[in-house]
Amino acid sequence: MTRARLGELLLRNMTVLIFIVVFVYFGVQAPRFFGIDSIANIVKQASFIGVIAVGMTFVLLTAGVDLSVGSNMYLSAMASGYLLQNPAFQNSWGVVAAIAAGLLAGIVFGAINAFFIVVLRITPFLVTLATLVAGRGLGTAITESFGIEYPAAYLAFGASNLFGVPMPIIVFALVVVTAHLVLSRTQFGRQIYAVGNDPEAARKAGIAVDRIMFAVYVICGFCAAVGGVTLIALIGRLNQTFGVGREFDVITAAVLGGTSLFGGVGTAWGAVVGSTLVQMVQSGMIFIGVNLYLQPMVLAVIIFLAILIDALRTARLEKLRRRLLRLD
Amino acid sequence: MSGAVLSIDGIGKSFFGVTVLSDVRLEVGAGRVLGLVGQNGAGKSTLMNIIGGNLTPDTGIMTLVGAPYAPANARDAEHRGIAFIHQELNLFSNLSIAENIFIADMPRGRGGLIDRAALRRRTAELLREVDLDLPPDTPVERLSPGERQLVEVTKALQLDARIVIFDEPTTSLTPRETSRLFALIGRLKAAGKAVVYISHILGDVEALADDVAVLRDGKLVASGEREDFPAARMINLMLGRDIEQLYPPRISSVRDDVLLEARGLSLRGVVKDISFRLRRGEILGVFGLMGAGRTELARILFGLEPFNSGQLLIGGEAISDITTRGAIRAGMSFITENRREEGLMMNVPIADNIALASLGPLGGGLGVIDDRAVVSAAAEFAAALHIKSGPIDTQPVRSLSGGNQQKVVIAKWLMAKPGIFLLDEPTRGIDVAAKFEIYSIIHDLAAAGSGVILISSEIEEAMAMSDRVLVMRQGEIAGEFSGDTFSKEAILRAAFGEEEKVA
Repeated sequence: MTRARLGELLLRNMTVLIFIVVFVYFGVQAPRFFGIDSIANIVKQASFIGVIAVGMTFVLLTAGVDLSVGSNMYLSAMASGYLLQNPAFQNSWGVVAAIAAGLLAGIVFGAINAFFIVVLRITPFLVTLATLVAGRGLGTAITESFGIEYPAAYLAFGASNLFGVPMPIIVFALVVVTAHLVLSRTQFGRQIYAVGNDPEAARKAGIAVDRIMFAVYVICGFCAAVGGVTLIALIGRLNQTFGVGREFDVITAAVLGGTSLFGGVGTAWGAVVGSTLVQMVQSGMIFIGVNLYLQPMVLAVIIFLAILIDALRTARLEKLRRRLLRLD
Repeated sequence: MSGAVLSIDGIGKSFFGVTVLSDVRLEVGAGRVLGLVGQNGAGKSTLMNIIGGNLTPDTGIMTLVGAPYAPANARDAEHRGIAFIHQELNLFSNLSIAENIFIADMPRGRGGLIDRAALRRRTAELLREVDLDLPPDTPVERLSPGERQLVEVTKALQLDARIVIFDEPTTSLTPRETSRLFALIGRLKAAGKAVVYISHILGDVEALADDVAVLRDGKLVASGEREDFPAARMINLMLGRDIEQLYPPRISSVRDDVLLEARGLSLRGVVKDISFRLRRGEILGVFGLMGAGRTELARILFGLEPFNSGQLLIGGEAISDITTRGAIRAGMSFITENRREEGLMMNVPIADNIALASLGPLGGGLGVIDDRAVVSAAAEFAAALHIKSGPIDTQPVRSLSGGNQQKVVIAKWLMAKPGIFLLDEPTRGIDVAAKFEIYSIIHDLAAAGSGVILISSEIEEAMAMSDRVLVMRQGEIAGEFSGDTFSKEAILRAAFGEEEKVA
């Protein structure tokens, strides 16, 4: 019995365990890895993926998926960028307006996904695959593949900090705490879990299933935009490859954090653990000098592990929870 | 009658060109229980889904306490005071009891956040009312089917509804839970609620109802006070003809060769030391109370769960490590208790569901499945089992009535021509006429040389159908009875154990 309980505990916290192992491994290989700067840098780098992984968690909870987040990042950063080209916006109020424009673009992008999925009833996978391609195409058409430079005022926002905590980490913390409260402490949040568990039953229980489905894609679009406008404030120049392939990092982070692809299971905290783990592996490999061409392979192994763990966890927990009929 | 709370007039509905309801008129009175009876596919569930806002009628009007009533959806119906307890449970296993009960209307405190203390308190109060002694935070996935049913009822109570609709509520309840539910319905009635009670268990309807309405083929054939509807009359009205008996006559067809043998099968914490033999042509009943381990035993036999010790022999051959694929290849089939989740693909057409376990032989060259062959083969079984439906190649199983869905499951396995049938509550939630048909099918299977394990929680069914009955209690075989020594009392005593008295 105690052994079974230990097994359940291990599986529940498998990601945290992997996290510690990976952390210690890189640290032993390269002691500088344990330094406060290196750790702060990992969290900072993880925050962009993490913020979007939080949004992705909302979508995954309903057993959907959003593949278009990378293109969304690109378009929302572009919306901010175009506004900032106007000299009138190259001041702190202009920065606020540019951020608002970027976030609005992300929300509109999410709403377009939601429209096809909820109103036209097309599979989320197909819709967001299409908007992934269309969004990138629209962006390159508008910019004609030229890069966009961001003014100093915007870069200052990217480099800003509060009590020494870098801006991206603060944004990440705000998003995570808000998402956690919404998911665990609001009726809307609990209804997301209900919809993910059984949409038909949710409809019969009087839950506005369509409204919830619509909302999660808008939230995911918003989070993708948050990731986009904050990340570009660090980079300062928007290339046409900005955000390409990020959907994989984001989904990996969410799943590593314990969110199930089958819906109904997952938390906002999981996105923190998952995204930090992904970033730690990426940074760690650079630290210890893993062959550049092998790095994608290592990440692929991690993705595979994440999905394997999800499947094992589901199967094993089910078995452990089997109702005992008799005492043996 | 203290005035009608709800009256419906001229309600009609059809699906896929099949008329399921036509011109139904009915009144539901405050402080009264209306027993609604009818065969499967008679339109009971459709009618209730119309009242509950899940379906929109094609024709007719409804009036709720004097005002026109046309709910746009389930939520709308709830707001107007209709609570609906569905036959299939609608709970979210990943949420707690409290969250399930209040999912559509959570108590909120500061900043719109859920007031957890109030949520817990109000849930605890409601649970006390239904006599369910569980902490409000318990995840629903840990509850037994009976406990889940009571949570469903609790959910309806919370709405403070004017009308409470129960659709086959006792199919997954133990006798004790059933009597709890009846006491509760009594209290609802005393509080002036109108109750609609749909059931195939006519004894329950007789015990509970003040009024009775009988549906047949989508039409209301009779309604009135319960005194005028003795069980025999209800049956006649439901069927439109007289039936002499509930079970078809049968000549035992047991042969000597053993198809399946269990020797001391055990799974720690679940079943212990299970031994039996199933012969060709035999119907072996397995009776027991809820949680006695009947379904678990079937799952082990079918390779869905492992066993720790013991031996399983199929056709005399010992199988140490049974897998479900192996079980199917060895000619076993398993008709599960839970149609919706385990037995059917609800959104897939009827024909594809029927052909699912026999797709191999339906493949042409290169193993490509011939759709026309699938449909024509499936049509044969659909006709043989009298499945009432529209076009089987396009109509999804979801839109069939419960009894017809069960026939689809049976057809699926019949098509695979297995030698051993594991039937787990095959007639659960099915009306008298469909039951009779399914009993006849089971007889035919045995007569043709199949072995049938019939799991049942209806003692009459187990006795009337079986050559032998195994009684399970707490995961063990508590008794074995053969045809000439059947005694209801002895079987029940074995099922309850010595220490508990049989009511």
